[in-house]
Amino acid sequence: MKLLKLVRDDTNIDFLKWRVWAFAISLVLMATSVGLVATKGLNFGVDFIGGQMIRATFTQSATAPVTELRETVGSLGYGDPTIQRFGAENQVSIRMKLPEGADKNPELANAMAEKITSKLKSDHPDVRIDGVDSVSGKVSEELFGKGILALLAAMAGVSIYIWFRFEWQFGVGAIWSLVHDVTLTFGLFSLTGWEFDLNIIAALLTIIGYSLNDTVVIYDRIRENLMKFRKMEMASLLNLSVNETLSRTVMTSVSISLPLIVLVLFGPDVIFGFSMAMAFGIVVGTYSSIYQAAPILIWLKVGSHSFVPTDEGSGSMAERIGEDFGAQP
Amino acid sequence: MLDFPRWRIWMLNTLIVVGMAFAIPSLLPTSMRAQLAQFMPTPTINLGLDLAGGSHILLEADTSQLAEARLEALEDSVRTAMRRAKPQIAIADVSRSNGELSFNVTDISKVDAAREVILPLISNNVGARDWNFGVNNGNRIVLSPANSGNETALDQAMDTAKDVIDRRINALGTLEPTIIRQGDNRIVVQVPGLDDPEALKALIGKTAKLEFKLVDEQADPDQTAQGKARVGSQVLPYPDNPTGLPYIAVRRLGGISGDKLVKADPTFDPQTNEPAVTIQFDSEGGQRFARMTQQNVNKLFAIVLDGQVISAPQIREPIFGGVSQISGSFTTESANALSISLRSGALPVDLTIVEERSVGPDLGADSIRRGVLAAVIGTTAILVLMFLVYGRFGMYANVALIINVLMILGVMSFANATLTLPGIAGFVLTIGAAVDANVLINERIREELKRGRRVVQAIEFGYKEASRAIFDANSTNVIAAVLLFIFGSGPIRGFAVVLMIGIVTSVFTAVTITRMWVSLWVKRTRPTELTI
Repeated sequence: MKLLKLVRDDTNIDFLKWRVWAFAISLVLMATSVGLVATKGLNFGVDFIGGQMIRATFTQSATAPVTELRETVGSLGYGDPTIQRFGAENQVSIRMKLPEGADKNPELANAMAEKITSKLKSDHPDVRIDGVDSVSGKVSEELFGKGILALLAAMAGVSIYIWFRFEWQFGVGAIWSLVHDVTLTFGLFSLTGWEFDLNIIAALLTIIGYSLNDTVVIYDRIRENLMKFRKMEMASLLNLSVNETLSRTVMTSVSISLPLIVLVLFGPDVIFGFSMAMAFGIVVGTYSSIYQAAPILIWLKVGSHSFVPTDEGSGSMAERIGEDFGAQP
Repeated sequence: MLDFPRWRIWMLNTLIVVGMAFAIPSLLPTSMRAQLAQFMPTPTINLGLDLAGGSHILLEADTSQLAEARLEALEDSVRTAMRRAKPQIAIADVSRSNGELSFNVTDISKVDAAREVILPLISNNVGARDWNFGVNNGNRIVLSPANSGNETALDQAMDTAKDVIDRRINALGTLEPTIIRQGDNRIVVQVPGLDDPEALKALIGKTAKLEFKLVDEQADPDQTAQGKARVGSQVLPYPDNPTGLPYIAVRRLGGISGDKLVKADPTFDPQTNEPAVTIQFDSEGGQRFARMTQQNVNKLFAIVLDGQVISAPQIREPIFGGVSQISGSFTTESANALSISLRSGALPVDLTIVEERSVGPDLGADSIRRGVLAAVIGTTAILVLMFLVYGRFGMYANVALIINVLMILGVMSFANATLTLPGIAGFVLTIGAAVDANVLINERIREELKRGRRVVQAIEFGYKEASRAIFDANSTNVIAAVLLFIFGSGPIRGFAVVLMIGIVTSVFTAVTITRMWVSLWVKRTRPTELTI
């Protein structure tokens, strides 16, 4: 049987040739992302800013009457709603600030939800209320704080691990490429105005996981080659490592992208933003492992002096683990 | 690596079978699961509310109110104890401020006697003090809350509140609520399948503290209207007051509380035919109620619910037997809700809803259906690709991947874990990691073959060299998962749990299990050529 090869055996692409350009483009994109978040901001869901969100489907209509809703809901005296389609054309989410004093007296929030839903139902008999979320200011602050803290802790934790298992430069490279991926994803959400809620934090964490996985595989090969070819020039060594692992990189990225593409196309509408974030993250994560995590090692002066054989700690533990998996050569 | 002792093969196979067996109940339709449940335990995965539809309510206790209530109760018991002490100890200038209770013992020589009376009141049953005892200026006794006292009180109050909520929801019928305490002062209530939680909120949000107090009939209506009361009285809201004034003045002392009930039922007032609630006191409460009504015939008494007067009828005759009727402007529903609340007891502390989410069952069902569809198509695509690229070794990886999915489901069922949307993200990540592990191994075997190694040696090197990267990649994921579990909140934790379970099963199936199969194949066929 002839097996499929995604990457030709003799592939030897000079990836590192474009490292300065790639780095410059990345910096511009990151700066743009930061700028976007700073000026345009993120479209935070009620998870993070508090308030009330009502999701509704107009079962008998092709499209939801967004403009009309904005008027009718706005005229109820609770301030202007933020109304968005999500998923299908006939599904909307209506977001409101909680009425004054609702922190102390949840009846006020209930009354508001009741008034809006009954207005919707009387104007549109085909409407189906899919859910109501009310999050108080206090809880949303906590959710936001804890979400960001978890994100930062995870990023810092894995970078420290990489630092111990490899060399400090690798730790810096890893955290830099994570910051890169997360920043660009924030930029994407700011640009598109997709709702940013707790599920997106989970998506970001998944992106971090994938990106790191990729980085670790390339770093592992760099470490191996550094110990094998002590005289090789760093850029060539990095190119060699990236090319050697290229067929794996392509195969894994394609495999992981497949379910995500399906999820974006056929998955539940509620998680559209979530699936898009992950699909975006795979692309950016794969790119950053090659063009951020690897070249940074050159600039941080990793070279033949790294991983000198006396350095027992770096390789031996994994070899023991390898034996635990049962691979005794 | 060809060396796989028989016991090890048995052990691994047993692990696979057991791990997957736990997944079975979760995959069966509900009806078949019920039949199976007659023969064996059937732990299942709970679907999170975002997937299954239902209501999630987060309640937070008002800790300052609890402290205030404790202080009030302390004042009551101190006053009673001083009055009952023999000889009676006179106290004056009682004040509650800054969370402390302080008062003067009028006769300075009786301070020691007062101390003897108070000490038993402020010690708890484990010997520690709930309140610190102090004396200022010779005769002013100051009782300040001991830290542990407030904490224990909160802890107990939250436990009681949880039970009370449980009883109230159970009274609603067939719902299957999950009620758990969260942190120091919060309770999470989750009810799958309930998408309109109005009735539920009306029920669990109410403190349902019932009190009977004597109306201060000498109060000046003008003063009452301004919210001012005489010494010993207090002004309470009374929305349905027949005089039109939405307030009423009641005596602070001499009332009784309605927490000693054995029964509360919705009924109709025989005279007006309006909905009402009958209550029955236990014997102690009944006696107190009889005494109060006997001593105050022809006076008005106020029925106070959660600090608001619902009606103030006249005591026409002493009420013996402990049965009474509460009427106010009830509807059938509100009378029913009140009787449930009264029956299940008052909440020991006021709870406020700080977060509420409800997901309609249609949306949830749609999410599951399309989520499963996407998962099946996506996984099939991976399986096909793996087979096309790696042939026999791809098949090994594929079977391992399917076992991996079943084992994750099995472990989650066994742990009775909840699968939420972020959990699915964790699932996708671990499946990615499992696929990647096999890709790493197989690519490495290819590479080693290309370098001219013989088949067996190439396989050995492939597993050994790839293990290092697999180990590092999965360690970083474990670290991330642990940190997320520690620092994250609800949904993020769901992600972390699935990730932790998934990493363990992924490494187990993608590395250990495939290696076993490969080694058995190598042993059987002694291949000299390998297509990979």
